[in-house]
Amino acid sequence: MIGLLLIFLYAAAFFGTFVIASRLFKKLFESRGFNKLKTVTFGDESAVIANRLASVVSVLTVFWLWVAFTNSSIPLPKMPGPFIGDTSFTYTATLEDGTTDEATITVRVFREDIQLTLDDDGNAGVAPDVPEVEPGDGFAKNDSTTIARYGFKVINVWTNDEVSKKDGSLVTALNGIPVEPGDKIRTDAGEIGLTDKGTPTFSPATGFRMARLYLPAPEIVVERFFRLNSEGYQGYSLFQHTRYSLQRVLIGFLLGALVGIPIGYAMGLTNWSRGWFDPIVEFMRPIPPLALIPLIIIWFGIDEEGKVVLLFLAALWIMIIAARSGVSGVAISKVHAAYSLGASKTQILTKVIVPNSLPEIFTGARVAMGVCWGTVVAAELVAANVGLGKMIVSASKFQQTDVIIVGIIVIGVIGFLIEVGMRKLESWLVPWKGRV
Amino acid sequence: MSELLIDNISMRFDLPGGGHVQALKDVNLKLKTGELMSVLGPSGCGKTTLLNIVAGFLAPSEGDIVLNGHKVEGPDAERGMVFQQGALFEWMSVRDNVSFGPRMTGKSRADYTPTVDHLLEVVGLQDFKEKAVYELSGGMQQRVALARCLANDPDVILMDEPLGALDALTREKMQSLVLDLWKDTGKTIILITHSVEEALLLGERLLVMAPRPGRVHKEYNLPFADLGVGNDLREVKKHEDYSTTREEILEMIWNMEEEIMGRAEESA
Ligand SMILES: Nc1ncnc2c1ncn2[C@@H]1O[C@H](COP(=O)(O)OP(=O)(O)OP(=O)(O)O)[C@@H](O)[C@H]1O
Ligand SMILES: [Mg+2]
Repeated sequence: MIGLLLIFLYAAAFFGTFVIASRLFKKLFESRGFNKLKTVTFGDESAVIANRLASVVSVLTVFWLWVAFTNSSIPLPKMPGPFIGDTSFTYTATLEDGTTDEATITVRVFREDIQLTLDDDGNAGVAPDVPEVEPGDGFAKNDSTTIARYGFKVINVWTNDEVSKKDGSLVTALNGIPVEPGDKIRTDAGEIGLTDKGTPTFSPATGFRMARLYLPAPEIVVERFFRLNSEGYQGYSLFQHTRYSLQRVLIGFLLGALVGIPIGYAMGLTNWSRGWFDPIVEFMRPIPPLALIPLIIIWFGIDEEGKVVLLFLAALWIMIIAARSGVSGVAISKVHAAYSLGASKTQILTKVIVPNSLPEIFTGARVAMGVCWGTVVAAELVAANVGLGKMIVSASKFQQTDVIIVGIIVIGVIGFLIEVGMRKLESWLVPWKGRV
Repeated sequence: MSELLIDNISMRFDLPGGGHVQALKDVNLKLKTGELMSVLGPSGCGKTTLLNIVAGFLAPSEGDIVLNGHKVEGPDAERGMVFQQGALFEWMSVRDNVSFGPRMTGKSRADYTPTVDHLLEVVGLQDFKEKAVYELSGGMQQRVALARCLANDPDVILMDEPLGALDALTREKMQSLVLDLWKDTGKTIILITHSVEEALLLGERLLVMAPRPGRVHKEYNLPFADLGVGNDLREVKKHEDYSTTREEILEMIWNMEEEIMGRAEESA
């Protein structure tokens, strides 16, 4: 229900902001030159340039939806929230002889995350006391109770009554409306009803916002981010978790490149090596690194060694194939030119074949780094003592959704930085790539 | 007298599925030092194959290439090569491309720097020394290729459609450059082209090859290359023999192409 609403609002924001922005910033939306003729050109990406205004609005929209669908304190338009505070309803008890009596149930609804909510001094909140009520007269006495938001409570109204359920006191009406066991009635504050055995129940209205367990508000995640740095999580700070993951990726990738590139070169240069390594490479290449985790755990355990071996294997095949196609891809006319300029075989290898293969190797390295990053997180999810994947999987056991979200954001940002960094490095080291 | 001898060359390619292609049959040629020979012929008549054999990239099935009295056994700096395009090294600057030959053969920097600078000036690229080759236009890239080949001071220069990828105007300018370089350096040059005009203008000798099997069909000795040195090539084209020779050769190649097509239709 909330999901559908979210999708609908997101789609509405996409079209709505486009209409508004295209009215407000006409200039930005004019297509100029020849490109306007090929806005529907398949396969020609150059015809479509990202509208950066749309990117900014898109990010802001996601942030707003996050605020709108959580109990955030950020002052932005929000969805109707869950009920909070005191409410009451009445029940009517009927005895076997037909006498009836009405009594009131007062319910105090409090924040579901009260124990997690810190005040200015850093003290956790406590669940409120049960509201004080007069017992009232008649055989059915007034009750009071507390319930957390998003909760559901079965209220044993007979505990203070003069006639117990066992002795024949039945609840026959709620708020004056006759009810049978199993019925439910909506009120402004939530839903009241009877269980199948006839005991009154209450669940406060949830509105359209998600409980902290499902999606914590942005400010909670930000606060958690800082606390993860200062207090850490399971003995390691967020920075340390990140560093361990990154370190594994770097060592695994570097080993993979160090071994893979020479093998790839050998495969591209000699028939024997091509024949020797072909079966292994072609067999290992389609195996997702994740499928190797169980074997790696059996062989190497869950410490650094196993992680590094796994990432080494993840990077190895990619680097071998990149180096191999880099060597095979050298134009024969370049090799011929070098020969007729007097170069020896060794010189052709070092001065022509190696530099010519660099663009391919860089593409391979970029892919390998991406794969390694994904693999390390997955490997840590399965088994590790420290690392971002370990952090989020432990947090999920304790239902600390905010920690999970911080972890996911850090994983995403680092993956993005790796990609951007590799591209920068590429355009710096092999500027001729794609330009010949 | 030093010379390039193409002695009874035949080339057969064995095809993977059995059978073979007779790319060249009994080709005999003799080039004196300083001669410029252009080679024409329909597509597939073995021009590139012949050049690759002279360069030493391919071993002929029969016959020998003899340069200055010794037999050619493989590629060597004495036989420079200029390709159509894409044979420059993108990872090097213009200067490093041109100095590649001398550096590979172990010349000292002091030795080759004046030569390289001089050659860059000759081809008009003195202001582009430090540029990367992929930043240059197609015509400039071919000038780099020419300079790179000359930097090694080869005895023979082999050119396989060196100007084939250039636009008409750039091509005309480059033809003048090739002529001037030829006269200044006195190199022996074999130049393959698809353009009859280019073959006429540049070739002191002009070789027309015929296909299936690739062989020498007819040879001309032409005055236009000598006339063209230092002159406007358009003036040369007004020479009365120019157009008659051109028509004759065009007719000849046209007929060969017709014949190939006819044979292809018969076998189909
Ligand atoms: N490595 C090879 N294996 C088999 N056949 C080949 C090989 N190289 C060339 N040939 C064949 O030899 C013949 C001559 O080829 P070549 O490339 O020398 O022709 P060309 O005159 O240079 O043609 P073009 O003008 O199109 O460049 C062609 O029929 C070609 O298919
Ligand atoms: Mg050819």
